[in-house]
Amino acid sequence: MFNASLKQLSSQLAEKKISSTELTTEFLNRIKKFNPEYNAFITVNEDISLAQAQAADKMLASGQAGPLTGIPIAQKDIFCAKGWLTTCGSKMLSNFISPYDAGVIERFNQAGTVNIGKTNMDEFAMGSSNETSFYGLVKNPWDVAAVPGGSSGGAACAVAARLAPAATGTDTGGSIRQPAALCGISGIKPTYGLVSRYGMIAFASSLDQGGPMAKSAEDLALLLNVMVGFDPRDSTSLQRDVEDYARDLQKPLAGLRIGLPKEYFAEGMSKDVESAIERALDEYRKLGAEMIEVSLPNAALSIPVYYVLAPAEASSNLSRFDGVRYGHRAQSYSDLGDMYRKTRAQGFGAEVKRRILIGTYVLSHGYYDAYYIKAQKLRRLIAQDFTAAYQQCDIIMGPTTPTVAFNLGEKSGDPIQMYLSDIYTSAANLTGLPAMSIPVGFGDKNRPVGLHIIGNYFMEAQMLNVAHQYQQITDWHLQSPV
Amino acid sequence: MQWEIVIGLEVHTQLSTRSKIFSGASTAYGAPPNTQACVIDLALPGVLPVLNKGAVERAIKLGLSVGAKINSPSIFARKNYFYPDLPKGYQISQYELPVVQGGSIQIQVDGVEKNIRLTRAHLEEDAGKSLHEDFHGMSGIDLNRAGTPLLEIVSEPDMRSSAEAVAYAKTLHALVRWIGICDGNMQEGSFRCDANVSVRPRGMEKLGTRCEIKNLNSFRFLEKAIDFEARRQIEILEDGGTIRQETRLYDANKDETRTMRTKEDANDYRYFPDPDLLPLEIPQHWIDRIKHTLPELPQVRRDRYVSEFALSAYDASALTSSRETADYFEATVTQLPAQAKLCANWIMGEISGQLNKEGIEIAACPINPEQLAALLARISDGTISGKAAKTVFESMWNGELDKNVDAIIAAKGLKQISDDSAIEKLVDQVLAANAQQVADYRNGKEKAFNSLIGQIMKATQGKANPAQVNAMLKKKLAE
Amino acid sequence: MTLTVNDVKRIADLAYIEINESEAKETLIQLSGIFNLIETMQAVDASTVEPMSHAQSVVQRLREDEVTETDQRELCQSIAPQVEAGLYLVPQVIE
Repeated sequence: MFNASLKQLSSQLAEKKISSTELTTEFLNRIKKFNPEYNAFITVNEDISLAQAQAADKMLASGQAGPLTGIPIAQKDIFCAKGWLTTCGSKMLSNFISPYDAGVIERFNQAGTVNIGKTNMDEFAMGSSNETSFYGLVKNPWDVAAVPGGSSGGAACAVAARLAPAATGTDTGGSIRQPAALCGISGIKPTYGLVSRYGMIAFASSLDQGGPMAKSAEDLALLLNVMVGFDPRDSTSLQRDVEDYARDLQKPLAGLRIGLPKEYFAEGMSKDVESAIERALDEYRKLGAEMIEVSLPNAALSIPVYYVLAPAEASSNLSRFDGVRYGHRAQSYSDLGDMYRKTRAQGFGAEVKRRILIGTYVLSHGYYDAYYIKAQKLRRLIAQDFTAAYQQCDIIMGPTTPTVAFNLGEKSGDPIQMYLSDIYTSAANLTGLPAMSIPVGFGDKNRPVGLHIIGNYFMEAQMLNVAHQYQQITDWHLQSPV
Repeated sequence: MQWEIVIGLEVHTQLSTRSKIFSGASTAYGAPPNTQACVIDLALPGVLPVLNKGAVERAIKLGLSVGAKINSPSIFARKNYFYPDLPKGYQISQYELPVVQGGSIQIQVDGVEKNIRLTRAHLEEDAGKSLHEDFHGMSGIDLNRAGTPLLEIVSEPDMRSSAEAVAYAKTLHALVRWIGICDGNMQEGSFRCDANVSVRPRGMEKLGTRCEIKNLNSFRFLEKAIDFEARRQIEILEDGGTIRQETRLYDANKDETRTMRTKEDANDYRYFPDPDLLPLEIPQHWIDRIKHTLPELPQVRRDRYVSEFALSAYDASALTSSRETADYFEATVTQLPAQAKLCANWIMGEISGQLNKEGIEIAACPINPEQLAALLARISDGTISGKAAKTVFESMWNGELDKNVDAIIAAKGLKQISDDSAIEKLVDQVLAANAQQVADYRNGKEKAFNSLIGQIMKATQGKANPAQVNAMLKKKLAE
Repeated sequence: MTLTVNDVKRIADLAYIEINESEAKETLIQLSGIFNLIETMQAVDASTVEPMSHAQSVVQRLREDEVTETDQRELCQSIAPQVEAGLYLVPQVIE
């Protein structure tokens, strides 16, 4: 049952073949059994989860259920959930019981899903390996010597290890897609502005976007139907007509023009990843798609631009963690300034501090124009590259990551090597474009490879169609490490 | 050496919205601590700002009232600094592209008109309050005020004396209340001034080094702080010293300013556009709609009072010191179009004196404009004397006889004697009884005339029409 | 551009993060490497390009001026480090 798709679970629940309480109990048992090894969850709260399951069973019994009612969903610990410890992977919030629900959590609650637990993550979503979490690293279920990716590493691990049928993630520079790729699952970052950021603890406000992580494109479509929607409490939330993201899943792909940016297929991509990607593209040719070489001349700039803009926004977003109103406060201090300095030195881990310092520097007097403004200008050039590319093609494909999952500890001492893991993913955040990763096979050490699919703005339904058609003729997404 | 004082003001006006600028929490004053600080005001992790339309509307009103440019788009920026009353660790403000740019305000000092240019006015959020009562050596933080909308109105350094600065602040204070964007309550901190003060040798063009004085919450403190600060700077320069650019605090108890922080420890605020807020666009049709709702501005009314009612500029200014006063005047003068000066005198004299004495606003005045006009009509038609009118006024104020003017006059027997033959009879009687004083007058003792008037008025208990008595007496004495 | 240990200390001070001498030295090495990566931006001339702050070119939505929040002090202060008489307590604020 833990391998079932959301659609299968949904019909079993609707047909009363299983109750939400039984389903929830099964996943809670799996978490109990496997989480000590993987550390995918920071918080599990059986009482709340089972109470939600019972409520879902009532909805199911009364015939008021929606498609996902009663299905357990693992929530990234970046989403504030009322009554739940919400840590964002940080010591700073090690005692923060959220007094309110994030917009995303509200939507899931309204859909009648069960919150099965809060997943581990890089501290404040800053990392690509889940090694910066205050709550310990997460292991890749395909190979426990490997990282699961990050920052949504706990979510990717939970879905891959079948500790939850599906999960939420957030993506600021690749934090949904990179761990999805490394753990062999599917994940999508929608167009910026579709998923409410209210209650999603901010890392870099203009880049952050929540999205679902699951086994298949079809599952992602059902999850997006819940997650996407206007939220008046988020000024950047877009007011658009409601879409059914599953509407186009069955469309044939004949005539689809797939753009292959030559910059993504140049040096940097490892051989094993390259051959898995080439095989995936061959499948698309069989499905009738046409391959077109496109160019994104400023692709190489996305990492430096990202590492100016994201830390700049983060340095300001994280100023609220000062030990005054909630969260960690240093035990002893000499005065107010000392309380701030010690609280923040103790509450934040090394990577978070590093990014706060980078961000503080690039915004500081005399450097703002050379770094921050310059990066915003280049951001526009990067966006213009994509606009031009979409004149020639319908969708863009490439590798999600340059290599398969690296070993735990392999890059944790070298921030730059770690940052380069986002080389293909951060452009979608800078531009706001929707992008996803789906599993397309295995590379070295039998570790998963992800295919990166970048769509034009608001083309999620088309992207899910493109991913789903591939998953109809392949079974990579059905493979599991357990 | 002759020194010139140069002053620019930054005024923080709390906008009179019901809810905060970026959250739906109430802005009401005086609630128990932190009961009006919602999760957004508390900067809980994950919360986001959404801009209050009412705050933008009020900023536009100010912009239109001072002839400024309304920027569209305008941009919100974060001003980053740490302080316990600033929950996010940054204040959402505007830096480049404020909502209001330019404009000017006319002030009057000693009857002289002067134009003070505005640099800008920008929207921002207020901070909370630190309470320094001793909580075991700690301070208490109340965030009820955090997120209250502020419009910071910045002037050019166009003022040359504390009197000009006070005139500017008062004019602005009257204006923001006039257009209904701020309640102007200075005790509650709704209208707060910071003054930038520098001095330079008269005739020199280059500005001197300025000091910013914070915490000026009354016009009197504004005046005293500027005077002190200018003296301090002049003394330093005359002793051959130099002025250090710094922020200073005015201590009202000691009547002095003292260093708060120097430029060296001034914060690097790291302004950048707030990524949680999008560019604010203000379409022309919105501006036009607001323009239609704006009341006639004080400046315009003042000019109209001079031309339409032939009032002096001084009277016109006084009557337009607040919209309520001006409205009261207009409602009164509508009933008595030919007696504008009389209306003005009474409103600025009796009415305003009595309001001051009782500490109430004109809106709460027990005598309404129609009632005042009824009283003044009896002065102008000669029914009662000005002196008797004051007695009637007092009765009306106290609510006697339903504030009915004629009933009060009758009840008190205050009707003036205006009948010529009656007056002639009175004059004849008094002249007959005071032959000595008549002789004195005719011998050139002018003072005797007043004494005779006094006698006549006394005989009528002040009810004789003074002008008629005067004329009759002159006529009789000349015979 | 060359960062110095003093720069690191200055920005740590601005960011209110306590940092000791050896941490500052270590941080300097890491930040210098990251800034070398960031400096690659300077090779591109973007002088005529408009800065891009937001992914979508949409404008600010406005809220009606209505009070929608109720008193949540008790709940919010249940997670506060130190409160008394409804106030958040902090080390003495000196003005």
